[in-house]
Amino acid sequence: MLRILLTLLFLLPSFAVAEEVVLGLSKENVAITTSFDGSEILIFGAVKRESPIDQSSPLEVVITVAGPSEPVVVRRKEHVFGIWVNTDAVEVDAAPSFYAVATTGPIDQVLSNTEDLRRKITIDNAIRSVGAPSDITDAESFTEAVIRIKENQGLYQTLEGQVALDQQTLFRTSIDMPADLTEGDYTTRIFLTRNGEIVGDYETSIAVEKVGLERFLFNMSREQPVWYGLMSLAIAIAAGWGASAVFRIFRAG
Amino acid sequence: MQIYLPIAEVSVNAFLLLGLGGMVGILSGMFGVGGGFLMTPLLFFIGIPPAVAVATEANQIVASSFSGVLAHFRRKTVDLKMGTVLLVGGLTGAALGVVVFNYLKSLGQVDLLVKLCYVVFLGIIGSLMFVESLNAIRKARRADGGAPAKRRQRTWVHALPIKMRFRTSGLYISVIPPLIVGVFVGILSAIMGVGGGFIMVPAMIYLLGMPTKVVVGTSLFQIIFVTAFTTMLHATTNYTVDIVLAVLLLVGGVIGAQIGTRIGVKMKAEQLRVLLALMVLVVCGKLALDLLLQPTELYSLGAAGGH
Repeated sequence: MLRILLTLLFLLPSFAVAEEVVLGLSKENVAITTSFDGSEILIFGAVKRESPIDQSSPLEVVITVAGPSEPVVVRRKEHVFGIWVNTDAVEVDAAPSFYAVATTGPIDQVLSNTEDLRRKITIDNAIRSVGAPSDITDAESFTEAVIRIKENQGLYQTLEGQVALDQQTLFRTSIDMPADLTEGDYTTRIFLTRNGEIVGDYETSIAVEKVGLERFLFNMSREQPVWYGLMSLAIAIAAGWGASAVFRIFRAG
Repeated sequence: MQIYLPIAEVSVNAFLLLGLGGMVGILSGMFGVGGGFLMTPLLFFIGIPPAVAVATEANQIVASSFSGVLAHFRRKTVDLKMGTVLLVGGLTGAALGVVVFNYLKSLGQVDLLVKLCYVVFLGIIGSLMFVESLNAIRKARRADGGAPAKRRQRTWVHALPIKMRFRTSGLYISVIPPLIVGVFVGILSAIMGVGGGFIMVPAMIYLLGMPTKVVVGTSLFQIIFVTAFTTMLHATTNYTVDIVLAVLLLVGGVIGAQIGTRIGVKMKAEQLRVLLALMVLVVCGKLALDLLLQPTELYSLGAAGGH
């Protein structure tokens, strides 16, 4: 009985200032076609509330978009016998293939460390790495390398201050997705924060998938590899023979 | 014009691929090399995942070699009998090569060993060919169109048993050396993702003593079947053959090969060899520098579960 009362007590304040997200997306799925060259997604929405705006502290918005996670092996080169050789390797258990985090202000101001750790919001926390081999003392530098390399490829983005918020109600941001996207569901999360604490959240997903010819070829290569291989060879030989024939006609004519 | 490759899962410029295919095609027609030793590193450079580059390259070599070999068949510069012997060795070698490749993979050092293979083989063959062909040119100048240099010398190759007559090449030698050459090239093609022409052409000229004019057609003949076999192995086990990438490369490649074959006929054999030697040395130097100089990024990412 006491426990229920306590729970209710904890819930009460959040009921009082309940703020909910109403979300819009410029597209709910990204179609990878033959001419696909990256995509820009517009994420916009409003904060719905039953009570007047809480004026005690400003409302902030944090938006994350995460591609499917996969394990990654990170290798480090060392100078051995005059040449650069891969020596140490660390497996990062889960690194999202794409990750963008956009906020209304500097991350350390809009989000407390505890909330960040708990909800895995910033890139450092979105990557999961456990169990580096015991002979490697600086496992963190391997995780940092993943972030650095992916940032250089435009696959990891930290967009501080890139979310526009009007009247503490309307927010919007745009996320650029590069051309080399992995297929899958891209989890999109929106957090509303006050004083660094999360006061509301919303989650949806954007489907990124191959369509048309891309879909057909990809499926065929996985489901009928023998036919796919034979087809590749047939096309190659036909093109080789065709070009040869065309050239002969040119020479004869 | 950007195009998204379904298997490689990257977006690249279609004209860049056509251009690369054409350039490598010209070389393929001129020298009878598949061009894989140039194309595979170039594909890495433009951001194609290595596994896809190696597998797709095998498929593309089939196409460019096919149009090349047709041109040589019409000119009757293919030694079918020698080609078949080399092919038997090549298929055996390719199968062996896959076993070796998987063993190296389990050691976790496959990239390094592939690169070292490139540097060592390209370095040795490039230097040998360069020196030899320069000497040949100098001799031809001094003789001033006199008696042609004596091609065939009796070496240990001629002392081996199971002799066979190769009429097109004008040879009567044991089948053992061509079989060994075939096996060796097959192993290399599976490990390095190349047709192996750059090893086979010098081996045929210097080791077997075949006339230069039949060497190109015969090596193309062998390469077609070995790379087709490799393509099938990759398509069925690793799913890494990207047909869209292959088509773009081969459209450029087949046109280039036709031009290259025509250029090759007009040039003297010694000049061809000097050029090929220089190119082999340039690629070798570039790969060696990559190993020797400190890379800007010491870390690299790879898919898990591969080791």
